[in-house]
Amino acid sequence: MKRFAAEVAENRGYLTKLDGAIGDGDHGTNMDRGMKKALEKLEATEGDDIGASLKAVGMALVSSVGGAAGPLYGTLFLQMGQATAGKSELDLPGFTTALDAGVQGVIKRGKAEPGDKTMLDALGPALEALREAGDDSDVAGALGRAAEAAREGMEATVPLVARKGRASYLGERSAGHQDPGATSSHLLLKTAAEAVGSGGAAG
Amino acid sequence: MKKLINAPEDVLKDALEGMEAAHGDRVRVTYDPPVIVRADAPVQGKVGIISGGGSGHEPMHGGFVGMGMLDAACPGEVFTSPTPDQMDAATKAVNGGAGVLHIVKNYTGDVMNFEMAAEIAAGEDIEVVSVVTNDDVAVQDSLYTAGRRGVGVTVLAEKICGAAAEERKSLQEVADICRRVNDQGRSMGMALTPCITPAAGEPNFTLGDDEMEIGIGIHGEPGRQRMKVEPAAKVVERLASAVVEDLPFSEGDNVLAFVNGMGGTPLIELYIVYNELNKYLKERGITITRNLIGNYITSLEMAGCSITLVKLDDELTRLWDAPVDTIALRWGAR
Repeated sequence: MKRFAAEVAENRGYLTKLDGAIGDGDHGTNMDRGMKKALEKLEATEGDDIGASLKAVGMALVSSVGGAAGPLYGTLFLQMGQATAGKSELDLPGFTTALDAGVQGVIKRGKAEPGDKTMLDALGPALEALREAGDDSDVAGALGRAAEAAREGMEATVPLVARKGRASYLGERSAGHQDPGATSSHLLLKTAAEAVGSGGAAG
Repeated sequence: MKKLINAPEDVLKDALEGMEAAHGDRVRVTYDPPVIVRADAPVQGKVGIISGGGSGHEPMHGGFVGMGMLDAACPGEVFTSPTPDQMDAATKAVNGGAGVLHIVKNYTGDVMNFEMAAEIAAGEDIEVVSVVTNDDVAVQDSLYTAGRRGVGVTVLAEKICGAAAEERKSLQEVADICRRVNDQGRSMGMALTPCITPAAGEPNFTLGDDEMEIGIGIHGEPGRQRMKVEPAAKVVERLASAVVEDLPFSEGDNVLAFVNGMGGTPLIELYIVYNELNKYLKERGITITRNLIGNYITSLEMAGCSITLVKLDDELTRLWDAPVDTIALRWGAR
């Protein structure tokens, strides 16, 4: 989580610039504010319940990010938290189940479909890669492939015409720009993979 | 960028403190979460009405809190939707036992955050009805967009619904009136210059010195068409014809005409726009029976305007004329 917060902070300007091209230019600033709040909440969360930690992150994001990203990222973490409630450890299938629950929550909240040029275009392929990995014992490797799938999904949003959110007002003019939500979602998967790869906790 | 601010991250807080200092007789302000509440809320037995959205559109919505209009407003960061905890706090603060109406502009973030707030309210046994405004004809309403944006009609709906609530109409009745205003209203805007959010520090789009954008959104979202600047009469014809043909408004209609400034256009130009609009409508047998001219739903320092028309009937006219006592809109009271 700390890595994701740091990555968001570092990429704040980049995300905001991407958002400025097809949205309203606040994605980086908003996510940075939200992740700082989430870290504060995490530090105040006691015990080793992964579900409780994820829920704390979700609540912090919902109440501090605003825009569309707040409810969407908030819902992602809240649903992942619900799927992992009471667990102090997660194996790969457990993580996949949790991410699945989170992604379904995002779909329900945002009513987006794959190819609409949204964060779902990064999260969907990552989830698919995790499902294919099954209960692979090389957790770091599986998460790495998921992050790679998210990167490919993110890059594939460039030619797409947005059908959801503020970018959709641009119509054809939204093509040729990378989606900022898919970009921050890739950062999330990437930092999760790095955290596990270096022996830290996932999520 | 030159702005009269202390620091970009303090803009909302500093502005709210200013509003509280200036208008403490009309409104209460809370900061965590940020909510502007009518000073005498909750009014027992009256439907509470709240709205909210990103800041940077002042006086909307905080300037419309008071007798005869909103009971509370939830200001987000500049151009960023507010969060469900703000709406939850506002809903609780204004609930006088008759339920609460959420007036939501159709923007993806606003809609999602208000949805979450309504879910929370349902868990707290407060009856909430949400009405989404979507009057901007510049956006094609199709499955392939987020739908039409809620703009000028929102201000008019807040005034009219506020009056209906003061008459102690029920939540369903006030919500129906809100839907009627939205259904009978259409808007379109244009920009001569972009605007600069304090956090970004640079214009959110560029326009040549001799260019304008027709169909602009209130966050500088691109519109229908970019073109060379034309005389006001021609610009008004472009905006008005899009609005009139969409509903459509037709001969014999009485309308409330709202000429709104985007923040950086002087009133003298808004009156030129109004004059052209009046002539345009007269030629088509449409009569302006009520009007509103000024900066009410702005886009920071953007220069430009929007035109909103709402078809009036006797009830809507009466509710429009009813007393209102807010920071930005005030007549018939005190």
